[in-house]
Amino acid sequence: MSNSEEDFNFAYLDEQTKRMIRRALIKAICIPGYQVPFASREMPMPYGWGTGGVQVTAACLQETDVLKVIDQGSDDTTNAVSIRKFFERVAGVKTTENTGKASVIQTRHRIPEQVLSEDQILVYQVPIPEPLRFLEPRETETRVMHALEEYGLMHVKLYEDISINGEISTAYAYPVKVNDRYIMDPSPTPKFDNPKMNFCPAIQLFGAGREQRIYAVPPYTKVISLDFEDYPFEASRAEKTCEICGATNTYLDEVVIDDKGTRMFSCSDSDYCNSQKS
Amino acid sequence: MYVAVKGGERAIDNAHRWLEDERRGDRKVTDLSVDQIKTQLSLSIAKVMAEGSLFDPELASLAIKQARGDLIEAIFLIRAYRTTLPRFGFGQPINTDKMIAKRRISATFKDIPGGQLLGPTFDYTHRLLDFKLLADGSIDEFEPGKDTEQMFQHVTQFLNNEGIIETEETSSSEAESPDLTRQPLEIPANRALRLQALTRSDEGFLLGMAYSTQRGFGRNHPFVGELRIGLISVEFEIPEIGFNIEIAEIEISECETVNQFLGSKTHPPKFTRGYGFVFGQSERKAISMALVDRALRWKELGEVSDGAPAQDEEFVLYHGDNIQATGFVEHIKLPHYVDFQAELELIRKIRKTAFEAKKG
Ligand SMILES: [Zn+2]
Repeated sequence: MSNSEEDFNFAYLDEQTKRMIRRALIKAICIPGYQVPFASREMPMPYGWGTGGVQVTAACLQETDVLKVIDQGSDDTTNAVSIRKFFERVAGVKTTENTGKASVIQTRHRIPEQVLSEDQILVYQVPIPEPLRFLEPRETETRVMHALEEYGLMHVKLYEDISINGEISTAYAYPVKVNDRYIMDPSPTPKFDNPKMNFCPAIQLFGAGREQRIYAVPPYTKVISLDFEDYPFEASRAEKTCEICGATNTYLDEVVIDDKGTRMFSCSDSDYCNSQKS
Repeated sequence: MYVAVKGGERAIDNAHRWLEDERRGDRKVTDLSVDQIKTQLSLSIAKVMAEGSLFDPELASLAIKQARGDLIEAIFLIRAYRTTLPRFGFGQPINTDKMIAKRRISATFKDIPGGQLLGPTFDYTHRLLDFKLLADGSIDEFEPGKDTEQMFQHVTQFLNNEGIIETEETSSSEAESPDLTRQPLEIPANRALRLQALTRSDEGFLLGMAYSTQRGFGRNHPFVGELRIGLISVEFEIPEIGFNIEIAEIEISECETVNQFLGSKTHPPKFTRGYGFVFGQSERKAISMALVDRALRWKELGEVSDGAPAQDEEFVLYHGDNIQATGFVEHIKLPHYVDFQAELELIRKIRKTAFEAKKG
């Protein structure tokens, strides 16, 4: 096995650990949206900084893969740089910022604007995999709720939102139902990204390292954002135009550009923005 | 024209170089050697080994040096290293009766066979700064007496002869003692798994939990039956040769508490036990661990829980790991502006609707 750094196995994890993770991934693919416990390892980066995503990526990577890493939609945010450098060092794989050229994309908080293909794997970093966690703090309880498909609590929460605020007051990590069975946390992506998960051609894998959970959405699987008939789900974004590329359909960052608090808006997906510009 | 911020990579490189520079500090002062740390900061090393779950004083010293004395950072380095090591088997149960103790005390009996042995303890020091150490660190060597070279029977054994304290069950198979570092934690956990989690838990977390039981949140009436610190051997059976060989000698702290128990529907009145076992000289944590272990045992002893935090297995086991905790607490300093933007839009929209409703 060729290594860029002799001290480590290819992609850092030993082969037994990768096999353990792959087993969890296969189970996760077979039961879309179900959280599979796995023996998450300590990684050389802190819990909460993408250890789940990194382990999933490490278990998927082959020497021919081309890896893209984004955080907040951008390849150049510090933690994305750090994770990309990690895999360059321990796996020696090619990396890219070009969404279309990547075979594996690890992301935190965004789904790329460009539609993904069947040849791609999207790996999400997940902090809290349990969509019911803030309604019920006990894992022992929430696992039973999923097993019995007992999701009343979630619907009550969404209903209460509407009765208090006039709408569902969840802007990110907006819960979805996968394949008409499991309620799933899409990771803290803005709800603007939720529709991209539905019947997505790419494999979507979710890794939560600290919480020791892996879950997945296989290609072309139904992923529906929870809503009510009279209050349908809406994928919201700032109603502005990207001031760099002129896009009107992308998720935007709001940047404060002077001491008077003047704002400018630009695409959060830096690769997409660059491709539109040229 | 605003250009998207670039240069994350260079910023990270510079931060690392700056960090290294600060770690080394004033170049006029001698570089701190790993040997100095290993031989003079042994209690820090004990903490790093215990919470890093790796008994290796040399690597612990290196980690402390690299981490600039931040022990949680050092524990993290050890954990990240440990996880890359292959696991080659299941050791023999350690027999602490065979410990060569340098400290061994009991609070439940005035005197015990073999005697009370104070050992190198801070207990009766007056906490006055020793300004002599500012100038001169030279200290006369101390030669411990012969009584530090013997093995002692456990104090709780004397109670056990009378049948007045519960008998501990030993587990000797891997099925009974699953490996927390190789399997996902699932609740409910058996006692072996709970003890594994406690011994690598954060000392401060356990101390707070133990303290809360003493103040009434799940009180369990503890006495320190015995606290002992010393060397024990670790043995491993090599299948090819068919017998046990000693693979290491390690220093550990062990605490057994004797807890009052008035009986329940399922168990007659007798004394019960809490157990603490920690790498290195680390008796604060060993005592804390024993109190928390006993608090978590309410269900198997047929007691009624007070609903106290220290009795809540899911709460204690999920929140005691300082590497998990520090990562997740500190991760909120990573960029979250995409989510913040989504919240901004939502709040603006709800406010707008509310203002319009007011006007209308
Ligand atoms: Zn743009």
